[in-house]
Amino acid sequence: MIAKTFRGGIHAHYNKEAAAAKPTRKMLPPPARVVIPLHQHTGAPCDPLVKVGDEVKVGQKIGDSSARLTAPVHASLSGKVVAISPQPQSGGRDVVSIVIESDSKEALDEHVEPRRDADDLSADEIRAIVREAGIVGLGGAAFPTYFKLTPPPGKSFDTVILNGAECEPYLSADHRLMVERPGDVIDGARLLLRATGVERAYVGIEENKPDAIEAIAKAADGDGRISVVPLRVKYPQGAEKQLIWAILRREVPSGGLPVDVGAVVSNVGTAAAVKDAVFSGMPLVERVVTVAGSCIREPQNLLVKVGTLVTDLIEACGGYSAPPSKVIIGGPMMGVAQFTTDIPVTKGTSGVLLLGRDEAAPTEPMPCVRCGKCVEACSMRLMPLWIANYAEAGRFDDAERVNALDCIECGCCSFICPSRRRLVQSVRLAKFEIMAKRRRAQAK
Amino acid sequence: MDGTGLIVSSSPHQRAAVSTPVIMSDVVLALMPAALAGVWFFGLRALAMMVVCVAAAVGTEAGLERLMGKPVTVGDYSAVVAGLLLALVVPPDLPLWIGAAGAVFAMAIAKFIFGGLGQNIFNPALIGRAALLASWPVFMTRWRWPVFQAPWIPAFDAVSSATPLALWKLGGIKTPYLNLFLGNVAGSIGETSAVAILVGAVYLLWRGHISLRIPVSFIGTVAVLAGLFHQDPLFHVLAGGLLIGAFFMATDYVTSPVTPKGQIVFGIGCGVLTVFIRLYGGYPEGVCYAILIMNAATALIDRYTVPRKFGEVKKVA
Repeated sequence: MIAKTFRGGIHAHYNKEAAAAKPTRKMLPPPARVVIPLHQHTGAPCDPLVKVGDEVKVGQKIGDSSARLTAPVHASLSGKVVAISPQPQSGGRDVVSIVIESDSKEALDEHVEPRRDADDLSADEIRAIVREAGIVGLGGAAFPTYFKLTPPPGKSFDTVILNGAECEPYLSADHRLMVERPGDVIDGARLLLRATGVERAYVGIEENKPDAIEAIAKAADGDGRISVVPLRVKYPQGAEKQLIWAILRREVPSGGLPVDVGAVVSNVGTAAAVKDAVFSGMPLVERVVTVAGSCIREPQNLLVKVGTLVTDLIEACGGYSAPPSKVIIGGPMMGVAQFTTDIPVTKGTSGVLLLGRDEAAPTEPMPCVRCGKCVEACSMRLMPLWIANYAEAGRFDDAERVNALDCIECGCCSFICPSRRRLVQSVRLAKFEIMAKRRRAQAK
Repeated sequence: MDGTGLIVSSSPHQRAAVSTPVIMSDVVLALMPAALAGVWFFGLRALAMMVVCVAAAVGTEAGLERLMGKPVTVGDYSAVVAGLLLALVVPPDLPLWIGAAGAVFAMAIAKFIFGGLGQNIFNPALIGRAALLASWPVFMTRWRWPVFQAPWIPAFDAVSSATPLALWKLGGIKTPYLNLFLGNVAGSIGETSAVAILVGAVYLLWRGHISLRIPVSFIGTVAVLAGLFHQDPLFHVLAGGLLIGAFFMATDYVTSPVTPKGQIVFGIGCGVLTVFIRLYGGYPEGVCYAILIMNAATALIDRYTVPRKFGEVKKVA
């Protein structure tokens, strides 16, 4: 079978072996405290449902919002709420968070109990469970899953796509999940099919994970609705629009959503979380995080409680083997560099990378030589050099005209640029200014 | 939080190993077979020309940058490439000082006053060559036989000699393919040996520094048009400066289009102009001017060949 792919993209050093070769481990003992941000998803922040001094249990809902697009948050430890205050978070801004100190009892909330009627749930019931469980896309974007599963009026789904591409270098949490818990991924896929009323699901997996392809195919065997699609190893193969194109040959229109071409895309980890929530009743209170990079003593995939401080996570992986030059939340292509490790793992934290001087070496940009490599690499077929030139000249209207807003910030242009230009950074600036201008225009 | 020493920067945090200086030094490496062939066929004089042109180009760039209080950028090797390319496309007996003058002109006028690396519209080496041809036309069209004599030539001109294209244009004499392929014919220092140029070109292609789009569309257009005009296509491909022009000059990043489609348009344009100058122009060779004229069209070509962006579709499912 010829592996499918998209046009453009780049080939990075994947550096996945160190963590991917080992089984996922649960972080034990659990941390003494967790910091649970009330806003760790796309959409409206939650309001706290508890007060300082309250006792909470694992799985208890501690934050929610009445907004349409949001996701509730739950306690991942049993213990006492010691603070509700702004705390640093991986996005760079302080976010109001609930700090829980453990009582070491790991007591479960009474709402958490296995469902016996799991196989008879209706689409609406599944969506309601997914919402209440606070499930968001675990691939990194943290978009509320129930919202994604509800087609806007006048639109409908015909295909569910599970994203097991995991094209970001270093990361292997999805890979391990597919190898270790293929049944849960496929059960999750079946629930997503039921929640959307769709009869067709594909699981896209990059070819460099043959064991995952085999395990998932085996788990899906006998269910004619679900098939595995091997994908070519190329970044950003797991980007939503590129994945849909590779598998369905459908192009999500500019400014549109996957639903515009009848597709709903969900990370394989999200599917497994849906299965857990529906069957065991356990909301999203833990996730697998890849801890990797040359500065960590024991690179591995770790199952950790949401809210665990990265500092504690590093300690659980044997600490530093060398002082890191860069700490990244996420992968090296789209992840966010941090100035401190005193930030919590959130629902969207797919990886923690501790890069050494060689890996993180800062580079000085040189003049553009118009080689055109960024044009060829752009996964959205834009003209990155033009957008960046306009942005750097402050000509944001022109940047908009050359489609700055279509950029998905995959990083291919900056990666490939032989002059080390900070193309994505400039495009981000352009997008920010364009959106700011739109908001100003609306405010008038 | 100060004191952590952590680097914070915008993603991506990983970059390809190939940088502009690496590419430029690879181009120098890729020109070595042609340069060696030049020395082999035209003697140490050819080597002297290369040394002089490279030194003049690097010296001019460094001197002007220092004069203007700008950072000195000769470390990016682009001046070395320009100087070397110029040396390879001038006659072997050109006085060295004229070669130096060409290199100074190339760097100062064609590159520096446009704003330096990445800003120039025209290929500096070709501007240097064009300036020399306009300023010292006699020196620039005086050729010499290679060290290894060419026995197929009748007593066409016992004193001076002529390039294969001139022999064809003025006397209807066709140089054998083998000589054109190996390079033991009269011509500019680095343009005569097809095999040496191709070895360098394969290296650049293998390293991924150039694509086939410009060379193939350029050379292909020349071959097809030559055939249409009842000329020998293979002769036109091998003779003159087409190969070095198509692989090393027309592919110059700065002065050629950035869009894949635009690069093909650019190559075809170069090919058309080359054939028309060769067949109907006053000069036997047209590659240099063909590329320079297309350089002027590069911005326009880019504008009209922007790729269709992903998702630019009619919103009807």
